[in-house]
Amino acid sequence: MSGERGMEPARYERLMAQYGLDRPLPVQYVDYVFNAAQGNLGQSIVTQESVLTEFLDRFPATFELSTCAILFALCLGIPAGIIAALKRNSPVDYTVMSVSLAGYSMPIFWWALLLILFFSVHLGWTPVSGRIAIEYDPARVTGLMLIDSLLSGEEGAFASAVSHLILPTIALGTIPLATLARMTRSAMLEVLGEDYVRAARARGLSPLRVVGKHALRNALIPVVTVIGLQVGTLLAGAILTETIFSWPGIGKWMVEAIHRRDYPVVQGGILLSATLVIFVNLIVDVLYGVINPRIRHTR
Amino acid sequence: MNTTTSPSHVVESEEFLLTTSPSPMAELWRDFRRNKGAVLGLALVLIFIFLAIFANLVAPHSPIEQYRDAILTPPSWEEGGTLNYLLGTDSVGRDMLSRLIFGTRLSLSIGLISVSLSLSIGIVLGLIAAFTGGKVETAIMRLMDVLLALPSLLLAVAVIAILGPGLANAMYAIAVVRLPGFVRLTRATAISELSKDYVIASRIAGAGMLRLMFITVLPNCLAPLIVQATLGFSTAILDAAALGFLGLGAQPPTPEWGSMLAGALEFIQRAWWVVSLPGVAIMLAVLAFNLMGDGLRDALDPKLKR
Amino acid sequence: MALLEIKNLSVHFGAPESPMIAVDGLDLTVEPGEVLGIVGESGSGKSVTSLALMGLIDAPGRVSADVLKFDGRDLLRMPIRERRAMLGRDIAMIFQDPGTTLNPCFTVEDHLVETLAVHEGGSRRALRARALELLQQVEIPDPLRRLGAYPHQLSGGMSQRVMIALAIACNPRLLIADEPTTALDVTVQAQVLDLLLRLHRDRGMGLMLITHDLGVIAETAQRVVVMYAGQVMEIGTVPEIFISPQHPYTAALMSALPENNVGRERLQTIAGVVPGAYDRPRGCLLAPRCKYAQSRCQTERPSLDHAAHGEVRCFFPLEANVTQDRAATASESNV
Repeated sequence: MSGERGMEPARYERLMAQYGLDRPLPVQYVDYVFNAAQGNLGQSIVTQESVLTEFLDRFPATFELSTCAILFALCLGIPAGIIAALKRNSPVDYTVMSVSLAGYSMPIFWWALLLILFFSVHLGWTPVSGRIAIEYDPARVTGLMLIDSLLSGEEGAFASAVSHLILPTIALGTIPLATLARMTRSAMLEVLGEDYVRAARARGLSPLRVVGKHALRNALIPVVTVIGLQVGTLLAGAILTETIFSWPGIGKWMVEAIHRRDYPVVQGGILLSATLVIFVNLIVDVLYGVINPRIRHTR
Repeated sequence: MNTTTSPSHVVESEEFLLTTSPSPMAELWRDFRRNKGAVLGLALVLIFIFLAIFANLVAPHSPIEQYRDAILTPPSWEEGGTLNYLLGTDSVGRDMLSRLIFGTRLSLSIGLISVSLSLSIGIVLGLIAAFTGGKVETAIMRLMDVLLALPSLLLAVAVIAILGPGLANAMYAIAVVRLPGFVRLTRATAISELSKDYVIASRIAGAGMLRLMFITVLPNCLAPLIVQATLGFSTAILDAAALGFLGLGAQPPTPEWGSMLAGALEFIQRAWWVVSLPGVAIMLAVLAFNLMGDGLRDALDPKLKR
Repeated sequence: MALLEIKNLSVHFGAPESPMIAVDGLDLTVEPGEVLGIVGESGSGKSVTSLALMGLIDAPGRVSADVLKFDGRDLLRMPIRERRAMLGRDIAMIFQDPGTTLNPCFTVEDHLVETLAVHEGGSRRALRARALELLQQVEIPDPLRRLGAYPHQLSGGMSQRVMIALAIACNPRLLIADEPTTALDVTVQAQVLDLLLRLHRDRGMGLMLITHDLGVIAETAQRVVVMYAGQVMEIGTVPEIFISPQHPYTAALMSALPENNVGRERLQTIAGVVPGAYDRPRGCLLAPRCKYAQSRCQTERPSLDHAAHGEVRCFFPLEANVTQDRAATASESNV
């Protein structure tokens, strides 16, 4: 459509009216906001599908990938940060900090390419793109491939889904991992110097209990805030990761939409992503109150 | 002080005895130098700046000329490589090394322009917010909150969606992304400075608003801004590369590091150098500015340490 | 047999070539059921001593001792686990600032139940009952409600009572109280001190009371250890030390007491400061600040020896004439 030139005036008029483009801009804007508030974000110019439907179709894929990535970051980043703090200024500490600085400075699309180069091309261990091998086609129940492939009961489907997920997870989880490791280390160092840690030791509690319960519980308070902030990083990273691994999520959807100039999709996608980020940060704020008694009781 | 002290202590007290205190710059350099990572970062930054300025002289070939008879030549140390193309050639026969060197120029300019843009606009908006207060402040700060709600790359993509793909637009997009950070930082430091006696004194002496803003207060807010700007360089380079990779930033045949990687996935089976070298360049540049920024932060203000 | 026996305890920090000496050859004993006071200025090594015998000095710090025995058992040669099990059970400690020694993320009940569970075990319900009982013993009003309180909801005095409850939870035989009242309001100080003494009497536990408040020592302790720059300067019973101090430092401390300065315009003070990490004198550590110092004091370090009463680290212990001396200076300045 956008490529057509010398359009008939009648058709032009009709199209302008169809998309409501003949009305004054403020009216169009109010109309868009009003519709958006009711969940109507318009339809894609390319597919004529509702933007919200397309978003909801693709969201589970992004959700699955982001969840795995943040779990990956948490499972490695927090222990690494704790160990670095406990072994402060040791080779272990320097290694953790250097690796995390490198992870922090790495362009993730390049990191993803390196992972493919090594694990898929060189070693042949993992597939390069998609969510599951083509021979499997599990029925869509939750939209989460890990669960759907299990539910399908097909042999090998789940393993295939897992193997497709590994590299994207690592690629997307690396920056949160680096951030979390640094943050956990500094929070832990601060907490380990507190009087209550010494007092806990003076009561004869084991180092595991002192570090794992008394210190960690307090160190996690700032770390949770950081986890909340990572949601933005994950969504931004998903744009790149999904493009590289042909992961059918909202990141890839939006990049394609920009290339096709499918503006309703771009607009709606950005609006929904921002809403998502704000919503998650709201949850994190609530969670912050739950894990920090000082906030819970003073307000 | 006692004379029978340990050697390290002697050095310290001697430094203490230097009554002619060193200039602020010398002091900064002394603190900065202690941090080995920061010095490494600075050295890398200087090398990159050198390459950027003298790219024409340093690069062995043109960055866009296609040597059709030498497509996908491997680096010189690999089998089939030649010294003519030290780091090999890409899929249309352009010299990788030359493209990387010219890419330095591009990435540094993107960083410089976008950071200067967001820094200068950010300072002005931040100072206005701090000085006026009330509705103007609320309006500015809420607008910044809206910008902050969007993940950095997503916001850049949104701006590109409005302006259209291209190198210049990518720079504007990155400047917009960085803006809230500078505005908030300027406002926060300016507000804390405003309550200090020297500002009140200057105000009593009859200094006008503009003078107060830019001559009295701003110089005292610079330290954290410099740190933020240095660290902003690294994210600007990273984001520009990401946009280039997505095909939303620099367009071919511009030798931009990110866009050099855009088509690289195709050659992942046969030409590792096409895939890995531009990334190494991006990472080194980002690492350099991160190291330098961290070092500057520690040297300028120990309190800023997180 | 002494409950706690320490011989030649030293604690060093920093590089081995040029260590910072925090505690320097300290000897002391605590008898069962005794209140031993330890006094000294800030930086005299009182707190480090208590941390060292709890085994809480971390890596850069080094602890050495000829003897470190609790109840006849050698703490230094005991497996770490066993030593840790003694902490909180046989030896307990309360710290200076109750506001920061309770973990802000856990309730009073969590603290008490955890300590009881680690050392004694039992069902959650039984432990909770014990926790409630302990709060009653430390005279916390409305203990049932306080069980669920978080540290930030408690006042300083209340927090210190909780710390005391934690310390006495497993009936320790030795309680180390490191400046237990310093951070509290003056009105609360006396209450907390009374509570500590009552618990000490009721349970017959040894109490090592570290403080820089001589008044507290005078009211509570049987024996006093006077520390200076990581060394013991004088050990003696309370009446002896207060009436006829033999070490010039002890004497100076006494004359700096406000009670002994009634009618003066200024308090008597001790000129100078405690020697720092790197400028420890070769001779007696007090020599630079001592008004009785002689040339021998500058070159030789005195050892802790038996004196007329107690033990004193001084070449020229004072005779029982300080009181007159003090009276004389007092009348002088009144002119």
